[in-house]
Amino acid sequence: MLDRRKLILGGAAGLMLPDLRGAFAQSPAQIGTFPEGVGADSVFIGLNMPLTGVFSGDGSDLKLGYELAIAQINAGGEIPAAWGLKGKGVLGRQIRHKIADTEGKPNVAVQAATQFIQRDKAILFQGSVSSAEAIALEELASRDKVLYMVGIAGSNDVTGKNCQRYGFRSQQNAYMAAKALAPVVAKALGKKLKAAFLVPDYTYGQTVYESFAKFSKEQGWTQVLKETVPLGTADYSSALLNIANSGADVFVNICFGSDAVASTKQAEQFGVLSSMKLVVPNLSSFQDKEVGPELMQGVYGSCDFWWTLEDRFPLAKTFVEAFLARNKYRPRWGAHIAYMQTYLWALSVERAASFNPVDIIKVMEGSKAQPYETTIGRVYYRAEDHQMVRPIPILRGKAPSAMKGPEDFYEVVDLVDGETVMNPPDLFGCKLGPYS
Amino acid sequence: MPSTAVLLSQAFNGLALGSLLALVSSGLTIILGTLGVLNFAHGALFAVGAYTAFVMMQATHSFVLALLGGCAIMLIIGFAMERLIIRHFYARPDEDQILVTYGIGMVLVEGLRSWFGGNSQRVPVPSWGTGATKLGFLVYPTYRLQLIGIIAGLLVGLYLVLYRTSVGLVVRAGIENAGMVGILGIDVRRTFLFVFAVGIVAVGLAGMLYAPVVAVTPDMGASFMVQSFVVIVLGGLGSFPGAIVGGLIAGEIISLTSAFNSAYSEVMLYGLMALVLVARPQGLFGTEGRV
Repeated sequence: MLDRRKLILGGAAGLMLPDLRGAFAQSPAQIGTFPEGVGADSVFIGLNMPLTGVFSGDGSDLKLGYELAIAQINAGGEIPAAWGLKGKGVLGRQIRHKIADTEGKPNVAVQAATQFIQRDKAILFQGSVSSAEAIALEELASRDKVLYMVGIAGSNDVTGKNCQRYGFRSQQNAYMAAKALAPVVAKALGKKLKAAFLVPDYTYGQTVYESFAKFSKEQGWTQVLKETVPLGTADYSSALLNIANSGADVFVNICFGSDAVASTKQAEQFGVLSSMKLVVPNLSSFQDKEVGPELMQGVYGSCDFWWTLEDRFPLAKTFVEAFLARNKYRPRWGAHIAYMQTYLWALSVERAASFNPVDIIKVMEGSKAQPYETTIGRVYYRAEDHQMVRPIPILRGKAPSAMKGPEDFYEVVDLVDGETVMNPPDLFGCKLGPYS
Repeated sequence: MPSTAVLLSQAFNGLALGSLLALVSSGLTIILGTLGVLNFAHGALFAVGAYTAFVMMQATHSFVLALLGGCAIMLIIGFAMERLIIRHFYARPDEDQILVTYGIGMVLVEGLRSWFGGNSQRVPVPSWGTGATKLGFLVYPTYRLQLIGIIAGLLVGLYLVLYRTSVGLVVRAGIENAGMVGILGIDVRRTFLFVFAVGIVAVGLAGMLYAPVVAVTPDMGASFMVQSFVVIVLGGLGSFPGAIVGGLIAGEIISLTSAFNSAYSEVMLYGLMALVLVARPQGLFGTEGRV
């Protein structure tokens, strides 16, 4: 029922937002799952993440982050209001969701997301722990014109040569992480060092290697060895034997998930960690706990979020407290990516005042002019490649004696300004496709 | 071209890696060679063994006690699997056996995930195996050196029990004609039960011994299962000596290729398997037409 109050508010909004009306004037009335997927009181979101396989630890953390954000947004109250959301749900609609186990495999991820789109009329799908599956899901999103928000995926290709109009990434790419990390590590460990790399053989591993090799070289480091190993390798002995005999000063381990755990454990057994400093360009969510502080002390790495950032950002504090109360451990960065970007999607929908994906994309592409206040400070998505411009935490593993609690694994040694480490938007060949 | 020292180091590592692969494959080949069952739960049972070591280490703080307790648990699992499920499938087609063991594997893996979660668990290297040992041309983890000896002893013991005692003879006779063996007054079903359980203990023990080296996760057995199949295809399906030789060859191929370029180590392994399948389909020690 139209009442006087709504009429006045609507009129005021119309007067105040001429630019938005202009921008959205061209949005098609029907695209992807819109408007079919917008119910009277709810919308559906599909969540894809590996709950089995090499990346299942990170995937489980991701899942809990999504679930917390959705529960908070649906319930409304102080926390969603602090993010800038109004009332309960998004645009007055509750979020329904289902979870699919992708096993970390692109084909399984695409099958699951296709079901979300066709069966559930998903208005958004999210998640990944592998760049390979993120790239596959981005392609599906752009083909079917349904918005997709990448979960964990560090490869430059995700917002580079494989970027898509319907895909957005919140995690820093390999280039950003390496450019942020290399100067900090070189300052701490030294400039003229020899480095040996252990590289998992897929898009993530190769691009992280290329980026870190480039920026560490700029700091004066010399590469003495690159050992490439298949994803999911169980025994790294032959590669580690070569690394142990390489004469390197620094061991750069690019493996991720349980691969990172196994390779780090074995590196210690081969004496690599006693003769070389360990650097991990992208730390896995639970690498701290799974490898143990004895081996992780002094290790430098970057990641999306560390829970002690709660001391700097109020939204991080409410996130960590709510997550801890619900899940009995402090969130790792997988959970954080999931939590933060679910809020950012909801905010973008409310800014667009529509679930039309074209409208939402345009709001996100225009977020530089109106950045989001988040758990890691101010962020926005770059219009040219949909890469989030955001601060990057650089961490150093604490010695067991310096830990103030069982989960106090890292010290945040720097929070690098994202603007200073961005790659030129066209460096990795990004060409976003059409809106419709 | 790598130096002689690097080649020697990798050749030695190949021996260590190969002995581990031989032990991992032995459980698979024992069950296949004697009972004719291709056990697709092999990888899952490897993971169960590793988790058993983890739980027993938590309880006893002794790696040796963990191994002993773990073997007892794996023996019980083996007995239960054979009595409740596998024995009903001896006379069924191969496809049925593969499906049921694959299903058991899925249940075991998901059970581990439900109980312990998806993150990896830490099993420390036993105190007597920590550190590295200098071997002249290379420095090698002490625990891995000890594993070579332990595994050699285990494999010899398994071979003697299965091939130099009357048990193995009864099992092979039972596979050929269980009715005839029964008429001779031998309880062949009990022997099948024993052999199946020994196979499960062997793979479980491999998981326990490997737990301090790898990441202990519910899915850890998947890659080992694939490599085990490669090993027994190389050595000959169902041949126990074949599993040992196949394991050593696989270890050397992986390791020596790594001396040149580690990216090609698995490619070379599968390439060799393809060659063996073309030139000698029954494998190096296999017998044509019979598993």
